[in-house]
Amino acid sequence: MRLISLLSSLAVCLLLASHSVAAEGELDALRGNVPLLEEPEPEPLYRVEDRGLRQVREYPMQPPTIPHRIDNYQVDLNANRCMACHGRTRVGETQAIMVSVTHYMDRDGNFLGELSPRRYFCTQCHVTQSDAPLRVDNIFVDMSELIRGSRFSGQ
Amino acid sequence: MVKRIGSFLKSFWRTFRSPSGYFSLGFLTVGGFIGGVLFWGGFNTAMEATNTEQFCISCHEMESNVYQEILPTIHYTNRSGVRAVCSDCHVPHNWTDKIARKMQASKEVWGHIFGIIDTREKFLDHRLEMASREWRRFEANDSLECRNCHDEQFMDFTRQSSRAAAAHQRGLVEGDATCITCHKGIAHELPDMAGVHGWE
Repeated sequence: MRLISLLSSLAVCLLLASHSVAAEGELDALRGNVPLLEEPEPEPLYRVEDRGLRQVREYPMQPPTIPHRIDNYQVDLNANRCMACHGRTRVGETQAIMVSVTHYMDRDGNFLGELSPRRYFCTQCHVTQSDAPLRVDNIFVDMSELIRGSRFSGQ
Repeated sequence: MVKRIGSFLKSFWRTFRSPSGYFSLGFLTVGGFIGGVLFWGGFNTAMEATNTEQFCISCHEMESNVYQEILPTIHYTNRSGVRAVCSDCHVPHNWTDKIARKMQASKEVWGHIFGIIDTREKFLDHRLEMASREWRRFEANDSLECRNCHDEQFMDFTRQSSRAAAAHQRGLVEGDATCITCHKGIAHELPDMAGVHGWE
């Protein structure tokens, strides 16, 4: 019995310790380390990239980013604003890039006549980019650079 | 009954035709002028009153459906504080077209009185039909209400994003598209677009 209470108080101590560490140094995405009773200054709205130029993908399977604003684009049961330009039958008129042919396949690899339901909600994978400062340092290295680096160090 | 109406009309016409025996010419002309000004001013004021946002959303069909949907869009909430209210897009600005539209709108009063879209479900059932009517109107008048503010002659294509400039050049300047061809659903939510051209 005494052992259990000892263990549980130890656990509580550990929890508190880890919590205070998080509050001091770590990033608090929800409130930005502002105490509960104070009103945090809201972040400014950063400009969304709208140049319409294709970006390099960081790895071959990366869903391409959206190089334009998509404010108030309706993607729901009634209409899909994205597919009004990027759909197979629409690209001739709009000169947008057709969504990849994989979007017309079901999960068994069968080709469908129209967009596969599991690919319907575009922003599940494709996102716009903004000029917001990075909240955490990004140390991602493109794999082609990695390969190049290892070649140099190997020889 | 018909006979009585006929005799009333006949006596009215006789009085209407005969010259005035009591009022001076000055009274009749000046009075007629002032009466005309009052009538015309009152008529236009009343018509302007039906062009306000307050008037439109006094019907709950407008207030709880289409009005709620325009609130987050660029035509209502934007950085420069220019706002397009209902009548800016849905009523022509020049007089003859405006009167014609106002006469058509009497059907909407009928719809309100008889509750054709008085629930959300009924509204959604009729949404495609109502939206299609507006799209047809915009296509027929070359998006006149858009062009009260936007005109490709006045657009600085170099200030647009490259894809917007290319699309406007291709559609508006070289092609035969009009604003609504591409910009459906810019201010309100879209109905089920299956079967609508351009939406698959």
